Parts: sequence; structure tokens; C-alpha cells
Amino acid sequence: MPNEAVSTLATARSSSKRPAGTLYRGNTGMWSWVLHRITGVAIYFFLLVHVLDTAMIRVSPGAYDAVMSTYKNPLMGLGETALVIAIMFHAFNGLRIILIDFWSKGAKYQRLMFWIVIALWVIGTAGFAPIHLHNVFTEPH
Amino acid sequence: MSAIIDSPRQPQQRASKGRVNWEKWGWIYMRASGVLLIILIFGHLFVNLVQGDGIKAIDFAFVAGKYASPFWQVWDVVMLWLAMIHGSNGMRTIVNDYASNPLVRRILLGALFVAAVVLIVLGTLVVFTFDPCSTLIPADQALSFCPAP
Ligand code: HEM
Ligand code: HEM
Repeated sequence: MPNEAVSTLATARSSSKRPAGTLYRGNTGMWSWVLHRITGVAIYFFLLVHVLDTAMIRVSPGAYDAVMSTYKNPLMGLGETALVIAIMFHAFNGLRIILIDFWSKGAKYQRLMFWIVIALWVIGTAGFAPIHLHNVFTEPH
Repeated sequence: MSAIIDSPRQPQQRASKGRVNWEKWGWIYMRASGVLLIILIFGHLFVNLVQGDGIKAIDFAFVAGKYASPFWQVWDVVMLWLAMIHGSNGMRTIVNDYASNPLVRRILLGALFVAAVVLIVLGTLVVFTFDPCSTLIPADQALSFCPAP
């Protein structure tokens, strides 16, 4: 990888006029932050709705089964897949943030850890999505 | 457009004596709750979406089965409190970043606070007052193991 993070501060070593990235600006540091923010907001709004739909168990079995049936249609199935993928990124990248803050070598390896996050994310998605999509798109036996 | 930001190593101004530094505790909370939420949410998703028939198996009886055990009751309530507070505190950071109008900002922060309190109270009551054989449930919807009224 070019420009391996040696310092968290901008270093103008290249001849390019564009400033080199820092831990926060440009490159992986910024994109991981943008994704972390977007996924955090998405999970938050899901949770607001989710507490309300779970509250239907206090109303009646029919009311709860009615909301749950909406979660079982194919379109919602795709949405749930996206939600779980978003949670996996937020969770793995959250651990990366925690390691940057508390591990003495965290800032040094932040870029490497970003790619580990992406790798875990891809593996997690490959493990989860087929199982969930199978459940959504086929009749239970 | 150019704003002057402090040097990263600028010592933070000491909070006046005896005052709690809430920002610091919020920062620590985001990290501590994050670690616990990984276990709680991944466990939740595994049991509800991956095991057995996943989403297709979830209905009233499924939830009644889980909440028959104090283990899942406590699991869900701890997850509810940690996730609601973590999410609301994260949203507070985002509102502070983007809402430049003080009135808009106060309204949004107020809404986040009210939503968090209402949903935490509601979710906690739902879990601990849940009765699968409640007499309020219409007879034709009652679970088979419930005593006939
Ligand atoms: C599509 C994915 C999801 C499904 C199908 C699902 C399903 C359920 C079900 C069936 C319950 C009832 C009780 C139980 O089974 O434990 C429940 C409760 C709960 N879920 Fe989820 N869940 C999902 C995602 C999530 C996520 C991502 C979070 C956290 C952000 C979450 C947080 C909760 C909480 C806090 C409760 C307890 C609610 C209360 O106290 O009233 N769930 N969920
Ligand atoms: C799965 C486990 C989770 C981990 C490890 C985790 C970790 C983190 C960390 C370390 C931060 C950064 C805090 C800071 O910069 O001070 C954060 C921010 C945030 N989290 Fe989570 N989190 C998790 C689950 C959740 C859930 C369930 C929600 C929603 C209910 C959520 C919503 C947010 C939001 C909105 C932010 C603010 C983002 C920002 O300021 O850009 N997170 N999370």
C-alpha cells in the first residue's frame, strides 16, 4: 500500500499539490468515518421502529403476527439484509475506532485495520446474506 | 470558511473543580457500550435470523417462548438500554455537527431525548409485563398451552 500511515498528521512528502490524507481527511480514514456515520443513523432509525413493532406483543398475538408478516415479504427481506450488512460494518469499524483510541499501536495500524474491517465485512456478508435470502425467498419446511 | 482549530495536543481546559466531565463519560460510554453491543446484537441476530427458519419462524409464539426465560428478558432489556443510549448519544453528536441554527438544534436534541426516554420505558415495560396467557388476549388467538379461560 502506498503512503503507509506513519503519522496521523499531514505530511507533504509527495510532489503533488493535493495535500496528503491524514487520519481524518481523505482516503480510508475519512471514508470509514462517513460510512460509520451513515450506518449509525440507519440503525438508530430502525431501532425506533423496532421497539414499537416488538411492543405489539403487549397488544395481541394477531397484532404482532400482522407486523411480523410485513417483515417476511421479499422487499423487506432485502432491507433486513442491508440492515445487517450495515450493522456489521458499524460494529467492526467501531472496534477499529476503539483500538485506535486505546491500543498504543492503534493509530499506526489504522489503515491496515481498515482493510481488516473490510475483509471481515465481506466474509460476514458472504456468510449471512445467502442464509437470510434463502429464508426470505423459499417456503419454510 | 477557514476555521481555526486547536492543535491536537492542546491540553483540554480543566473542568472546574468538582464538576463532572460529561463529554468524557459520553466518549467512554460509546466505546464500552459498543463492545457489549457487538455480543448482544450479533447474538440477537443469530438466534432470530440465522438459526432454524430465521425470519419465517418469528411470530407471537416464538417471542413467548423466548420471554418465558429470564435470560432473554434480561438480554433484550440490557440491549435496549445500551443501544438506545448509544444511538441517541451518537445522533446528538451528529446534530451538534450539522444544526447550526440554535433553535433547530435545541428542538432536535429535545426530540432525541424524548424519543430515547419514551422508547426505553416502553420497551422495558413490554418485556417485563409480557404475559403470553393474558386474559385480555381473544380466545381464538390464545396459545395452545394456555389454560382455557
Ligand atoms: C431484521 C433484524 C431483526 C429481527 C428480525 C429482530 C427480531 C426481534 C424479535 C423477534 C424480538 C422479540 C424478542 C426477541 O426475540 O428477543 C426483538 C426484540 C428486540 N430487538 Fe430485534 N430484531 C432485529 C434486529 C435488531 C437490531 C439490529 C437491534 C439493535 C439495534 C435489535 C434490538 C432489539 C431490542 C432492544 C429488542 C427488545 C425490544 C423491547 O424491549 O421491547 N433488534 N427483535
Ligand atoms: C454493534 C456494536 C456497536 C459498536 C462496536 C459501535 C461503536 C461505535 C463507536 C466506537 C462510535 C464512535 C463514538 C465516538 O466517535 O465517540 C459509534 C458511534 C455511533 N454509533 Fe455505534 N456502535 C455499535 C452499535 C450501534 C447501534 C446499535 C446504533 C444505533 C442504535 C449505533 C449508532 C451510532 C451513532 C449514531 C454513532 C455516531 C456516529 C458519528 O458521530 O459519526 N451504534 N459507535
